[in-house]
Formats: sequence, C-alpha cells, structure tokens
Amino acid sequence: MKLIKSKMNYNSQRKLVIFSFSLIPVLLLVTFSYLPVINMFFYSFTEWNGFSPTKEFVGLDNYIDIFTDPEYFQVFKVSVYYFVATFVQMGIALYFATILSFNVRFKNFFKGVLFFPYLLNGVAIGFMFLFFFRPEGTLDTFLTIIGLEGLIQQWLRNPDIINISLAGTSVWRYMGFNFIIFLGAISSIPKEVYEAAEIDGANKWYQFRYIILPSIMMIIQLNLILAVSGAISVFEIPYIMTGGANGSETFVIQTVDLAFKFNKFGLASAMGIVLLGIVVVVTIIQRLAFKKETE
Amino acid sequence: MRGTKANIFTFIKYFSLLLGVFVALLPITVILFASFKTSDEYNSTNPLTPPENWLNFDNFTRAFIEGNMIVGFLNTTVILVLSLIGATLTGSMVAYVLNRFDFKGKKILLGAFLLAVLIPGVTTQVATFQIVNGLGLFNTHWAAIILYMGTDIIAVYIFMQFLNNISVSLDESALLDGASYFTVFRKIILPLLKPAIVTVVIVKGVNIYNDFYTPFLYMPKKDLSVVSTALFKFQGPMGSSWEVICAGIMIVIIPTLIIFLLLQKHIYNGITQGSVK
Repeated sequence: MKLIKSKMNYNSQRKLVIFSFSLIPVLLLVTFSYLPVINMFFYSFTEWNGFSPTKEFVGLDNYIDIFTDPEYFQVFKVSVYYFVATFVQMGIALYFATILSFNVRFKNFFKGVLFFPYLLNGVAIGFMFLFFFRPEGTLDTFLTIIGLEGLIQQWLRNPDIINISLAGTSVWRYMGFNFIIFLGAISSIPKEVYEAAEIDGANKWYQFRYIILPSIMMIIQLNLILAVSGAISVFEIPYIMTGGANGSETFVIQTVDLAFKFNKFGLASAMGIVLLGIVVVVTIIQRLAFKKETE
Repeated sequence: MRGTKANIFTFIKYFSLLLGVFVALLPITVILFASFKTSDEYNSTNPLTPPENWLNFDNFTRAFIEGNMIVGFLNTTVILVLSLIGATLTGSMVAYVLNRFDFKGKKILLGAFLLAVLIPGVTTQVATFQIVNGLGLFNTHWAAIILYMGTDIIAVYIFMQFLNNISVSLDESALLDGASYFTVFRKIILPLLKPAIVTVVIVKGVNIYNDFYTPFLYMPKKDLSVVSTALFKFQGPMGSSWEVICAGIMIVIIPTLIIFLLLQKHIYNGITQGSVK
C-alpha cells in the first residue's frame, strides 16, 4: 500500500511537476515582461497623467508629436554619437584581443586591467568621469603636464563637445566587454592553424586578415547590429553625469523624464513603443542575417 | 632586416598595451589619490598628486556614516541574496521542465521565454512602474527582488544550455529505482547544475550590484538606498567635498575589485556564456 502511494502514478506526477515548476516563472514572465508591453501599447494612444482614473483617448497624437516636434526629435541626433562610439569601441577591442592572442608577457595582467572597467558600478563610473572632465580635473591637469593645455575645453558644458565626452566615457566602460568576447572567440581557433600558417611564411598581418578576422566575423556583425539598439537605449552614463543637460538628453532619459517628472504617461508610452519597435526590427534583421550565414 | 621589423612590432605591441592600461587606470587612480586627501590638501594640489598621508581614512568614515553607505550595503546584500536564490530556483525549475519533458504547449512556453529577451527592460519601465505600484511593491525591497527574478531571463538560458549536456540516462536510472521527479530534480539535476549556478550567480550578481535604474525608480525611500543610489545621493549634500565623494566611489569599487581578483576565471567564462543569447 505504502509502496503504491509513494509511487504516485508517474503520469500525474509528471503533470504536477510541469505545472508546479513552471507556475511561478511563467507568472513572473507574463506580469513583468509581457503585460507591460501590452499596457504600454494602450497607454500610448491616450493622454494620461499616471494616476487619474480616466485616460483620454487621443489616437495617434502622441506618435505624431514624437516625429514632428523638434524638441522630441532631437534626441535621435544624440544617439548618433553613441552609435559612432560603438565602432570605435569595437575597433579598440578587436585590436587588443588580437594583440593578446599572440605571445605577450604579463598577458593576464593586461587582460584583467583592460576588462576591469566593465565590471564597475555605473554610478561610480559616472562620478569618476565627472571628476575626470571637470575644470582643473584629471584631464585638464594631464593635458597641462604634457604641454597641451591649448586643447582644454569645457568638456561637459559645451553642447558641441558634451556628447563626445559622454560617448567616450561609454567606450571606456564597455570596451572590456567586447574585448573579452573577441578574445574568447580568437582563442578558440586551434593552435595548429597558426602553426601551419607560420610554416607557410604568413606574417602577423596575414594571420589576422585570413585566420582571425574570418573566424570572428560573425561576432563582429552581431555586435555591430546590436550597436543600433544599444545607441538608442543609452541612459545611465548621461543621466548620472548631466541629467540630460546641455544637449546630452537621450531617448530613454526623455522617456523617463516625461513619465516621472512631467506625468505625461501617454506620450512616454508612445516613445517606449517607438524604442521597442526599433529594437525589435533591428533584432529581427540580425537574426535573419545570422541565419543565412549559418546555413 | 627581419629582426628590426620584429622589434618594431614588439615595441608597438607593448607600447599600445601600456597606453591601454594607462587609460583604463588613470581615472581610477586619481580617485584613489583624492580619497586620502584632507580638504585643504585637495584644494591646494592637482588631481595627479598622490596624497601626503596614505592612512588618512577620515573621508571614508564620513562617506560611510554621513553618506548612508552602511544602509546601502545592507540593502544591497538582502536584495542580492534573495533575488539570486529566487532566480536560481525558478530558472533551474523551468529549465528542467523545458529540457526534460514533452507536453502540450511546450513550444509556446519555450517561445515565450525566448521572445522575452528581445524586450529590453528599459523600454517598458513606464508601464512596469504601474504594475509594480498596483501590486503595492513600490518602495519595498520586493520591487527590486521580484524584478530581478522575473525580468532577466538569462538564468533560464544558461541552465537550459547546461542541461543539454547532462545525460538523460542519469534521470532515467533514478526513476527506475523509484525516485520521484522531484527527487530527480533535487538530488541529481540541481547538484549537477552547480557550475551553471556559479555562472548565473556571478553574472546576475554583478548586474544587480551595479544596477542603478531599478532601485532609483522603485525604491526612492532613504532607508531603502542600495549601494548605487546611496552613492548617487552624494551629489547634492557633498557636491563641494570631492574628497568625500571619491572615498564613496572607492567604497563601491573595492568589493568589485576583490571579487574580480578572486573569481577572474569564472567571471570571464560567465560573461562569454551569458552573451551568447
């Protein structure tokens, strides 16, 4: 009797496991990933302050505002800086990953130091670079020491320069991530391939061009496409350092401010939907391109 | 001829590496310098001058006490522990179900988890806020804990990838011996997932410790400050005492440095695995 009971029929046990093990994760997934998207879609056609019980239906007005009002549209220009910066960042990462895949002394030290900034807290990085860029701060002092004080600028006050300073900070922060991914991909190339190439007399440049580059081409493409959505979702660095002042406001800063500072939840939702749309389209393009490559 | 060329290459190689190290470390080093300076010393010296007294911990004390850092570390620890346990349990459970069972609706469930990765959390905050608020979680620890458990699906992926490499025959022989599915999960799957759990804990742990957005938006109450938001609040009241802010920055960085030095290999692996979505 006891035996039968403990061996509760495997079929119903199966059902119980499937149900009980997926219940909480699925509830969390629906509540915090899918429901917000659906709600946001509905909010985006309304004018709503976020707490009043009534929402006024305004049709496509919010979307029209985003794409016609220059005040809202200019944030797209700011993303261009971060988009370009991503290329710089990946170039540097690729360079160091290649160098460190050859014979180098103190390899682990260099690898660790170049990667470390990626692990740091965003607020700490933001403050660190406020200190770095402030008048008579780290950068100005360093330029003076090496005799280039003529280059000193109002790094975070001049609207023409501020986005370059902030995008530079972003490169400092994220370069290590690309670097580690590239290095991982390069080190998975079997040693014999290099050895064979050296016997054939291929120099380092040829090794890079014909062995390393092709084998990580896919990862580079993937990262380049992701740079589009990355550039448009920039938030932490400029929000912490400038709060979006002096022409450094990004798409996400504007969305957050509209919702939580100015209580324009309808408009903010429409911006969220636009952002989501861009990210999804970019990701689909990437998946399709990726699929073709592997076929 | 070949010799000089090789020399030039070696020179460029090490020169650029040292330049990289310089750029990576300069912003941090000056913060370290400033954190040990007295207020007068800070005002009279330039950022690149090392402090006179390397044992002046006054700024650190002020940052810890006036800057609410103790509260920040306590809250961060509570949130870290609970959300890591939660994410590991829920993630491994759903990965077990998706990897080991065939059932109606499995494809839809799998698709739902895969598709969710496409939705960057930052885009939907406007609506997520309403839900968190509606559930009465606003200004509680649970806002962060539940969001960290529920919105980042990375744990599910890492576990599923790992389960692919654990042979099903292990489960089967245990089932033949009369073990229940629950026992199989608890006694066989969970222990074998240990390396994957380490990866998840590291990747998610770093993300949670560094996250600013979630606590800033959902837990603005002073008692609920985490490390990030406590440091962020230095801006106003200590705006003129950069030496104290620098001590605050160092306090936030040091735990990361220690973890990095201890777990380097695991961190590199975790980052590489976590990126392959």
